[in-house]
Amino acid sequence: MASQASTPDFRFLRNVVLKALALFIAVDLLFAAVKPTPAIGRLSLYNHVFPGRQRLPYGDRPDLAYNLSLFSLEAMAASHEIAAPKPEIEFRVVLIGDSAAWGFLLHPEETLSAYLNAAQLRTADGRWVRAYNLGYPTMSLTKDLLMLDIARRYQPDLIIWLVTLESFPRDKQLASPILQHNPEPVQALIEQYGLHLDSQDPAFIVPTFWDNTLIGQRRALADILRLQLYGVMWAAAGEDQYYPETYDPPQYDLDADPSFHGLQPPTLDPNDLAFDVLEAGVNAANGVPVLIVNEPMYLSDGANSDIRYNFFYPRWAYDQYRTLLASRCGVNEWRCLDLWDLVPAEEYTNSAIHLTPTGEGLLALKIIERLAAFGIQR
Amino acid sequence: MTLLQISVFVVIAALAGLARRWRVWILMAASVLAIFWMQPPTPIRNLDFWLPAATIGLTALVWAGTRDSGEKRENWAGVGVLTGLVLLVGLSRYLGPLCCLTPTRPPAILQILAAAAIVFLLGLAIARSFAARPRLGEIFVVLIFGLFIVLKTAPWAQTASAGLRSITGQPTELATAFDIRWLGFSYIAFRLIHTLRDRIAGRLPDLRLHEFVAYVIFFPSFTAGPIDRVQRFLKDLRQPDLANGKSPTRISRLSEWREFIKNIRLIRPAAPFAFQNDFADGVQRIVLGVFKKFVLADGLTLMALNSDSAGRVTSTGWLWVLLYAYSLRLFFDFSGYTDIAIGIGRLAGIRLPENFERPYLKPNLTQFWNSWHITLAQWFRAYFFNPLTRALRGSPKNIPMPLVIFVGQLGTMLLIGLWHGVTWNFVAWGLWHGLGLFAHNRWSEATKGRFAGLAERPWLQKAVSVGGVLLTFHYVTLGWVWFALPTMDSSWQVFAKLFGG
Repeated sequence: MASQASTPDFRFLRNVVLKALALFIAVDLLFAAVKPTPAIGRLSLYNHVFPGRQRLPYGDRPDLAYNLSLFSLEAMAASHEIAAPKPEIEFRVVLIGDSAAWGFLLHPEETLSAYLNAAQLRTADGRWVRAYNLGYPTMSLTKDLLMLDIARRYQPDLIIWLVTLESFPRDKQLASPILQHNPEPVQALIEQYGLHLDSQDPAFIVPTFWDNTLIGQRRALADILRLQLYGVMWAAAGEDQYYPETYDPPQYDLDADPSFHGLQPPTLDPNDLAFDVLEAGVNAANGVPVLIVNEPMYLSDGANSDIRYNFFYPRWAYDQYRTLLASRCGVNEWRCLDLWDLVPAEEYTNSAIHLTPTGEGLLALKIIERLAAFGIQR
Repeated sequence: MTLLQISVFVVIAALAGLARRWRVWILMAASVLAIFWMQPPTPIRNLDFWLPAATIGLTALVWAGTRDSGEKRENWAGVGVLTGLVLLVGLSRYLGPLCCLTPTRPPAILQILAAAAIVFLLGLAIARSFAARPRLGEIFVVLIFGLFIVLKTAPWAQTASAGLRSITGQPTELATAFDIRWLGFSYIAFRLIHTLRDRIAGRLPDLRLHEFVAYVIFFPSFTAGPIDRVQRFLKDLRQPDLANGKSPTRISRLSEWREFIKNIRLIRPAAPFAFQNDFADGVQRIVLGVFKKFVLADGLTLMALNSDSAGRVTSTGWLWVLLYAYSLRLFFDFSGYTDIAIGIGRLAGIRLPENFERPYLKPNLTQFWNSWHITLAQWFRAYFFNPLTRALRGSPKNIPMPLVIFVGQLGTMLLIGLWHGVTWNFVAWGLWHGLGLFAHNRWSEATKGRFAGLAERPWLQKAVSVGGVLLTFHYVTLGWVWFALPTMDSSWQVFAKLFGG
């Protein structure tokens, strides 16, 4: 006691600070060496305590959407209903694509996958068709390829890949933040399939040693934790998106601009589009049939609609893209479905590719018709 | 408080705890700077400077109205330091992007000087006129209540905002009730009214200006309490320097300033063992508080009941989950802040009173209110419930005791409700608890002695106790529905849904 009492406070304080600092550094270094974030991401309350999510986590307004955007592919997949064990009587259909496939401004029961499930389809051998929505709201075929790669872990029987021209340009391929924050799996795909993309693209956010420490990973860990906590609201409200009361419809009067991602008429060079990524996707499916759907888009008849179809596409580029896609489908014997003009203009919400529930219903009907070719019927 | 602010406060409090001789001055200076730093931005130009400045001005004026005459030299030093600190914050206007203490650029230094001069002259006038007539302090009480009512009543707050906007030349049509975010005003009001009432009652000790300021705006407890009593706070503040037995607050000699610098440089405190204990206790409380606030409470916030989620929940069961989450969130948030405040206070050698003692584990509502926001309940008991019931009991009309208790409890809880905001929902919450307390009081009276036999059957006693805890927790938690939602309509809808409607 006496010796303790005579210890100067400075020494005491110094020792406390030094020990705390040493412990902190040791834990940080251990964390950086082990890199446990992906393993932590795979631990999920979804499909155990809470029902699995019907679409991948994505959201700008977490407080209102009960959902958030994060970069942990493991946590995203583990929170999805597809991570639940596959029943023997299930014929598993996986949908991949952009925000249209994900279902922007649509309730979970209004998405394409929900309509396919509501149709109660069965295969010739009696299995029930169950569709899973692995769409993710950014436009890039490489992002779709990454999702397809993830989907392979979950034993799909059929993959429906919704594409649109805006996902094809080379400059869009690595522009999605989910790709930039996951350089390792994306670089692996580039290498494996020999994609015409730079695996050392500066857009990749390659974590440094310090980024892998506990401090560096704090945001990723907090996001994983928040995703679990939002499970309560997902279970309680069954909602995963914020629905604004009003929104702007697709642009009706268009600019007299014939360019498309810097490309000028009259000819669209196939090398400017990432058909190699599309091909890689079909190959990555490894024998699982893939149905490529050219998704519907808004067709404006406003100002300059003789030059452009809509905000995204000049007519010349889109027409040539359709021709190129059809040609590739024919040459490679891909199963394709071109539904570009299926949905009337009034069935779009806030963008040239986002459908209303009615529009989704029309799309679902057409796809169901085509599924007959895969032995799937009502 | 943010984590950064907490970290800085920990360092300052530890320094104050080490340099005990100059602790009061350090705490006062830190508190003054801290309230500028913590003040959130306001849409009205310069208001985020003027609100903390007004807090300091009001505190100084109340001190002038409640002080005794002694220790003139030290008080002048206090006036000088206080003014200097406010001017220092004002001067950060000229640092441009380096400006860090106020959320927006402070006003012109001449305006600050003019305001300081007005406060100074007012203070002199008040000191002269109030010295012989302490009851004049009631004027301050009325003024503080008036300010309080304006700030807590949405239409009046909006009108006040419009008035301030017209002074600053900003569009008045953009005024809202949330423009005047006077950080910590509720707690300052309680402390000032406490000192004023005690001064009138002759119970207020003689406080020097820097001690008074350190008490009223003590930075760890500025935003969320606890509401300490000045007599208790002063005891800790003035605890004698154990090494030399001197009062730690005298700074009149130049040699002592030198010693202060030496103390800081060498970090050589006078009472090492006491500091170590305080340090260990304080750090433990801070860590616990940070965990409660930033992990548990913030986590529960994501699923807690609110006006948005209430309308979107699809089942009764999940609505109960959301309500439980809200109830727990509130506790962890508030008690977490209290732990942080107590911990930082402990580092500085100030033992702030406890504010929570396992409130959700109490077997009845009376015990709940003895363990939830304890210092607030004590304040209302001392300055409202006790005087009111005393007056009613002493009334010549011979009012029955149950009625006295009914009026006292209902009135107290109603006021506590209104303290949170002048809305029907807070009125309903106050009534909910007032009626609950009265019902428990009557139940206790009616069953007095009937539970004596339980002592022989411990399991039954335990079962009754557990039943009481569950009942009390659910009564309190249901009461939070009024608290969580903004309107009576939405609250009724949630009640209906909770019970299967």
